[in-house]
Amino acid sequence: MSLAALDITPNYYLVVGALMFTIGAVGLLLRRNVLVMFMCVELMLNAANLTFVTFSRALNDIGGQVIVFFTLVVAAAEVAVGLAIIVAIFRRRRGATADDVRLLKG
Amino acid sequence: MDARDLLDLVWIVPALPALGAAILLLFGRRLGEPKAGWLATGLMGLAFGWSVVMLVALRDVEPRTHTVDLFTWFPTGGLQVKMGFLADPLSITFILFVTGVGTLIHLYSIGYMHGDENFGRFFAFMNLFCASMLVLVLGSSFLVTFLGWEGVGLCSYLLVSFWFQRNSAAVAGKKAFVTTRIGDFGFMVAMFLIFAELGSLDYGAMSAGAHTLAAGTATAIALLLFLGAVGKSAQFPLHVWLPDAMEGPTPVSALIHAATMVTAGVFLVARAHPFFEASGGSALTVVSIIGAATALLAATVALIQVDIKRVLAYSTISQLGYMFLALGVRAYAAAIFLVVAHAFYKATLFLGAGSVIHGNADNQDIRTMGGMRKYMPYTALGFIIAWLAIAGVPPLAGFWAKDEVLSRAFFAGDYGVWIVGTAAALLTAFYMTRAAWLVFFGNERFQAADPAEAAEEHGFSLESPTVPAYVPPKPPRLTHPPHESPVTMTFPIVALAGLAAIGGILSLPFKGVEFLTDWLDPVFADASKIDVTSFAAATTLEGISVVFAIVGLAIALAWYRRGIPSPEGDPLPERLGVAGRLFQHAYYFDEIIANLVRGPVYRFADWLNRGFDLGIIDGAVNGVATLVRESGGRLRRVQTGLVRNYALGVVLGAVALLVFLAVRAG
Repeated sequence: MSLAALDITPNYYLVVGALMFTIGAVGLLLRRNVLVMFMCVELMLNAANLTFVTFSRALNDIGGQVIVFFTLVVAAAEVAVGLAIIVAIFRRRRGATADDVRLLKG
Repeated sequence: MDARDLLDLVWIVPALPALGAAILLLFGRRLGEPKAGWLATGLMGLAFGWSVVMLVALRDVEPRTHTVDLFTWFPTGGLQVKMGFLADPLSITFILFVTGVGTLIHLYSIGYMHGDENFGRFFAFMNLFCASMLVLVLGSSFLVTFLGWEGVGLCSYLLVSFWFQRNSAAVAGKKAFVTTRIGDFGFMVAMFLIFAELGSLDYGAMSAGAHTLAAGTATAIALLLFLGAVGKSAQFPLHVWLPDAMEGPTPVSALIHAATMVTAGVFLVARAHPFFEASGGSALTVVSIIGAATALLAATVALIQVDIKRVLAYSTISQLGYMFLALGVRAYAAAIFLVVAHAFYKATLFLGAGSVIHGNADNQDIRTMGGMRKYMPYTALGFIIAWLAIAGVPPLAGFWAKDEVLSRAFFAGDYGVWIVGTAAALLTAFYMTRAAWLVFFGNERFQAADPAEAAEEHGFSLESPTVPAYVPPKPPRLTHPPHESPVTMTFPIVALAGLAAIGGILSLPFKGVEFLTDWLDPVFADASKIDVTSFAAATTLEGISVVFAIVGLAIALAWYRRGIPSPEGDPLPERLGVAGRLFQHAYYFDEIIANLVRGPVYRFADWLNRGFDLGIIDGAVNGVATLVRESGGRLRRVQTGLVRNYALGVVLGAVALLVFLAVRAG
C-alpha cells in the first residue's frame, strides 16, 4: 500500500486536531511552568484552527478560514500580553511556577 | 361697588389673622412685648370690621348666599377641590362673633400674658387659631372646612401645652389632640362617603343632593359627621379632654375651649343638616339624646369641682350639650343663638376667672378665695352679670337662649329631652351660684403670710392632669392682697359682660323681633319647622324656666350665703354622699379609660414590641444577613488562587456543556 493510495479524508485532520487539543488541555492542567502552560494554550488554539480549516475545506465554506485569521490575530495579541505578564512574574520571583502565584486565595 | 363684588373679598377676614400669625412667627421675638400683642389685636379688630362690612353686603344679596372660588386647591381626577369660601347668614354670624369675641380676648391677653417669655409666640398661635376657625366656618366645601377643622385642632394643641415646661400641660395637650382625632376619623370617613355618593364635597352639591340619598346612607354620613362633632365639641363620651385642656393659659380657655373651637361641632351639624334631615330623623334623635345626656352629666360633675376653671370647663361641656339638644330637635337657629350667647357669657366667665387667678398668685381653688368683689370690682361686675346670664335669670342673654332651646324641644314633642334639659338648667343655676359666691362673696379665706413662706409656696395651683383627685385645700400664701387686673383685662370683661346682658335682643321669642332666627332662616329653609303651638304654653314654659333658675340660685345661696367656715368646710361633698364621690371623679371616666389602656392595650402593645417587632421583623432582617454571611464563609474556600484549578473548572464546564449538548441532540 503506497502512500499515494492512502485516501486522506477530513477525519484524519479532525483526529489530529482532537489529539493536539487534548495534549494542550492536559498539559495546561498538569504542568506547573507558566511558559509551558502558555505553549499548551497555543497548542489548543492551533488545534481549533486546524479543525476550522478542515471543515472549511470539507464543506466548501470560506467562513472557516476567515475565522482562522481572527483566531490568529487574537492569539498574537494574547501572546503579547501573556508574555509580558510572564516576564514580569519571572523578574520578581526568579522562577515561573504557576502554583506560587496564589494571591487570590479566598 | 356691587354687594356681590364686595362679598368676593370675604377671604380678607381669615387672611388678616393669618398674616398676623406669619409676621409674629417670623418676627414675634423682635417685636417683643407689648407690640406683638397689639399687632395681633389690631388685625383681629380689622377682621371684625371687615366682617361687619360682609354682613352689610350680604343683606343686599338675594338669595342670601354667595360662593367665592379663589383657586383650584388640588385637581385629582374627577375631584376638583376648589379653595372656596361660602358667605351665607350662618357663616357670617360665626365670623362676626369669632372676630368680635376674639378681638376682646386678644386685648385681654396683652394684660394676662404680661411678662411671659414667649409673648410673641402666644399671639402668633392665637392669630393662627382665629384664621383656622374663620376658614372652618367660611369654607365652601367639607374639605375646606376640614382644613380649618384640623387647623384649630393643631392650635388648640399648641396653646393647651403652651407652658410645655409643665408636664401636666404637655400631657393635657396630647390628650386633647388624640381624643379629638377619634372624631376627625369620623369626619374623614363621612367625607369619603359623601364623595362616593354625591361625587362632590361642595355644600352646594350637598343641598341639592342630600335628599336623594337612601335613608341608611344619609344616616351613616350624618352619624359619622356627628362623631367628628362629638370629638371637637367635647360631647359624651369624648368629653374627657376638655377639663384637662384648662392647663392652657386662661385666654386660650376662653377663646378656644368656650367661645369658638368647641362650637365647631355645632356649626358642622348645622351646616350639614340636609344629611341629618335626609336620615329620616334617626340621626337627629341620636344627636338630641347625646346632647341631653351630656348637658345633665356635665352639670352634675360641675356641681362639686373646686378648681374654678374646671367648674367652667364642665359648664361648657354642659352648655354644648344644650346646643346639640337643640340641633337634635331641629331647632337649628336656637342652637346658633345659644352658641352666640354662650360665647358672650362663657368668655366673660373665663376672662373673669383668669383675672381672679391673675390677682391671686395663680391660685385656682375657689375654697380658698371669698370676698373678692372688694379687691377686684370690675372683674366682679363682669363675672356676676355672666353668672346670672348663664343661670338663666331674665332678661339676660342666657335666659332667652336657653329658654328658646328648651321650648323648642317641648314643642317638638321631645318631652324626655325637655325634662333632662330643665333639670340641667337647675343644676347650672346651682353650680354657677356656688362658684360665683365662693369667689366673690362671703368670708375671706385666703391668707396673707410671712414673705419667707410665701417665696417657698409661690405658684400654688391645683394640678391634676388626668385624674381629678380630691386635693386637700391649702390656702395660698399671698405676698400681697388680691389686686384688680390692668385695664386691658378688665375692659374686655366688662364689654363682654355687657354683650351677655343685652345679647338676648338678637332673638327675642316674639313675632317681628326674632332677628337671628329670621336672619338664619334661608340657611335652614329646607328643614322642617317647629311651630310654637300657643302663646300661653310658651309663656308657661318661660315661667317654668325662671322658677327652675331661681330655685337653683336659692338652694346655692341658702348653703353658701356666708361662704364656708374654712377651706375644708365645703358642705357639698357630705350632702351629696355617694353621688358626690361619683361627681368628684367625673363618673370615673378617666379611670376607666386609663385601666382599659393599661390592661389590654398595654399587653397588645407589648406583644407588638416583643413578639412582632423583635421576633418577626427583626428576625427576618437579621436572618437574611446571617444567611448571606454564613454561605459566603463557606463558598470562599472555592477560591483557591491556583490558576490550574480554575483551568480545571473551565475544562470541566466545557465537558459538561458538551455532554449536555450530546445528550440533547442524541
